[in-house]
Order: sequence, then structure tokens, then C-alpha cells
Amino acid sequence: MSAHSDISDEALRERGLVRFGAGKTLVIACGALAREVLALIEANGLSHLTLTCLPAILHNTPDKITPAVEATILKHRADYDHILVAYGDCGTGGQLFDLCKKYGAQMIDAPHCYSFFEGSEVFAARGEVTSFYLTDFLARQFDAFVWRPLGLDRYPDLLEMYFGNYEKLVYLAQTEDADLTATAQTCAQRLGLAFERRVTGYGDLDRFLTP
Amino acid sequence: MSDDNDDLVLSNLNDADLCEQMMDDLYDGLKEEIEEGVRILLDRDWTPYDILTKSLVAGMQIVGNDFRDGILFVPEVLKAAQAMKGGMFILKPLLVETGAPKMGKMVIGTVKGDIHDIGKNLVAMMMEGAGFEIIDLGINTEASEYIGTAEAEGADIIGMSALLTTTMPYMKTVIESLKSQGLRDKYIVLCGGAPLNEEFGRAIGADAYCDDAAIAVETAKRLIAARQPQA
Repeated sequence: MSAHSDISDEALRERGLVRFGAGKTLVIACGALAREVLALIEANGLSHLTLTCLPAILHNTPDKITPAVEATILKHRADYDHILVAYGDCGTGGQLFDLCKKYGAQMIDAPHCYSFFEGSEVFAARGEVTSFYLTDFLARQFDAFVWRPLGLDRYPDLLEMYFGNYEKLVYLAQTEDADLTATAQTCAQRLGLAFERRVTGYGDLDRFLTP
Repeated sequence: MSDDNDDLVLSNLNDADLCEQMMDDLYDGLKEEIEEGVRILLDRDWTPYDILTKSLVAGMQIVGNDFRDGILFVPEVLKAAQAMKGGMFILKPLLVETGAPKMGKMVIGTVKGDIHDIGKNLVAMMMEGAGFEIIDLGINTEASEYIGTAEAEGADIIGMSALLTTTMPYMKTVIESLKSQGLRDKYIVLCGGAPLNEEFGRAIGADAYCDDAAIAVETAKRLIAARQPQA
């Protein structure tokens, strides 16, 4: 993370990332994946990639994701040979898939980042219906992405309405980080859910970015 | 809409002002005040149906409009719904006793593989408020449950909800199952949920996609009316 440790989660959440790298393949990613994509670029020497990120908070308004990705494709496509869209469907109801098909961009075949971190086949095979997922980024940003937008800071009595049908919080860990694990465990306690940690690494994201 | 109403005594208000105040209280998610207002109006010999439509449903329509316009957000809508539920809890048995108008019967549930029921519960509540009888199948609902219950209960409408991209295709399974049993045209099929859109509704063969609870009510009323024999 050395070269990008100055990028804050707050900036990735609200503004995304303008550009990192100088390769001829553009990766348009969710800001929630910025650190993971940058780590893979560094670890695997993926100098053919340039990364730009949309604000991660779009996660909470999926209807805005497809138009935002389209605007980014239109803005940059003349400058790059290939475009990779590092998103899952992310609640767009197939619209992001259709958009990528329209512009010849590749995207990750997965419903969510939870799925492709764990590996989409494994994730689907588990068939977990009553699990709520956090990644490293979402564990760090739990209050901004979950607690406050759901109004649980103001109306704690809504917890049952939101999470009454869930049984456990599954923390899909991309990295080994004892402090972050403790944070995720606290998130589970706040939601009144059992806790499970699974180390996933970068899962299908690694295969998606590596030629 | 939040004013400083700490000293306000609801029972001192005339009927019109009390209804206005109840709509404000609903907007602010004040369940106890709503329950108190309902009891006051019952004591004043209002019919349960009038209380329901003129204070609770009218108030929730404002909430729904402001949600659609981006003025209110999900937590505030849920607080309002909690408040309305409190009032409905008092009124529901009385509505049955007093023979309130019936619009039709709806079987509703969140589809198989999906446990998200907030939207489904809002729709059920608003449909109930609009005079529909609701049979709520809950979450994780199989096609056989939708169809079996609709058949057993003589329902007019089957309503399906999904929040996940991975579960919304199951709605098509339900509709295909209706078709294979020769029952598709017997029911109005409505679908809704965050990742859905009109195009999806058309593609799976639903009668309509409903963007929110208020639209679900309007759509159900319109489609039920269209099925009535012309005078």
C-alpha cells in the first residue's frame, strides 16, 4: 500500500480516485475496491493498467452506478485500448452488464464484490440467505455505509426491521488485520448478529485484473 | 414538519385540526401520538374506515410523495410506517367488525432465497390501508406457496418482492409456474423491489412493476377496476 497510503477511505467514499497509473487498459472500479486493485497492480506488476474509481458511496444508491460508469466510459474511452469495469452487478438489476456489453467493456461476472472476493462459484454454492457481508473497506466504513444511512444512529429501534431476518455477519477479509477483525466483530455485535470471519484474499478480482 | 408540540393536547383539537396534526405526527414517526389520535377519533364516533383513510392513509401518502421526491429517506419512512402500524393495530379488528369496503385480496411475499421484507411490508400495509385484504407469506417464498395460497384463498392479486439481483429472476419462475398450471390469467401479478424496473416486469410477464408502495396501491386499484364487468 506504500505508494497510496495517503488516499483516505473518506475520499474514496465520497469522490473516488481520479487516476493512478499510465497503462493503456483503464480499470473503472468502485472506490471500495481501490486499495485492493492498487495492491494487485503493485504485487503483480500490472503496469498496463490505469485505475480510476467512482465514489464508493454509490454502493448505497445502485440506480446511480450505471449512469456514472457510462459517463466515465464516454469520458475516457478514446484514450484507452481496453476498459475493465471492476464492479459486480451491485444491485443494478442487469443494467451494468448491458452497459458494458454495449461499450465492449469487460466486467466481473458476479452479483457483488462479496461474491467475487470469495469466488463467485463458492459464494453461490454456499447459498447463504441470512448472512450480511462486510469486506475490509466496508468494515472500516461501517458507520458511513450501514449505520448512519439506515438511520440506526437516530432510530436504534429500527434495527429489528432491517436485520431481524439475518442470522450472522460474515466478514470477508482481504487482508490479515487483527484490528479490523475486531472492528468487524463489533459491527456484528451492534447488529445483534453472530460473527464469522473468512479470509478471502482478492478472490476473482485477481484473475479479472491479471491477463 | 417537526414543530415544538410538546405542550399540544390532542384531545383539545377539533376534528379537522386533529387530522392535520395526526398527519404531521405520522410524518414525524410518532407512534404513541398516532395511537392516541386514533383513540380520540374513535371516542368521537368516527368510523374506523374514516380514521384510516382521512388521517393515516392520507398522511402516508404525503410521506410516500416526499420519499419519491428525495425529501424523506428510508429511515424516516420506516418510522412513519411504525407509527401507522400502531394506528392500524387498533383499527384493524374494528374495520372487520364495521364492514369497511373491500377492494380485493392479495397474496404477497418476498421471493425464494430472499429475506428482505421492508418493501414488501410497506406495500402490504399500504394495500391494507387502501382496503385490500392481505395474506402475507413472509420471506423466502416458493412458487407453490404463492400459487397454492392464492388458489386456496381466492385471491385477486399475487405480489412478489425481491431486493437481490440474484433472487429477482425467481419471479419469472413463479409466473411460468402459473402459466404451466393454466392459472396465469386468473391473477393480477405485481412485482417490486430495488433492482427491478419496468422492463424487467414486462420481460418476466408480470402485469406491472411497482416502483413504490403508493404506486402498488394505485396499480392494484386500476387493474382490479379493469377486471370489473362494465356497467
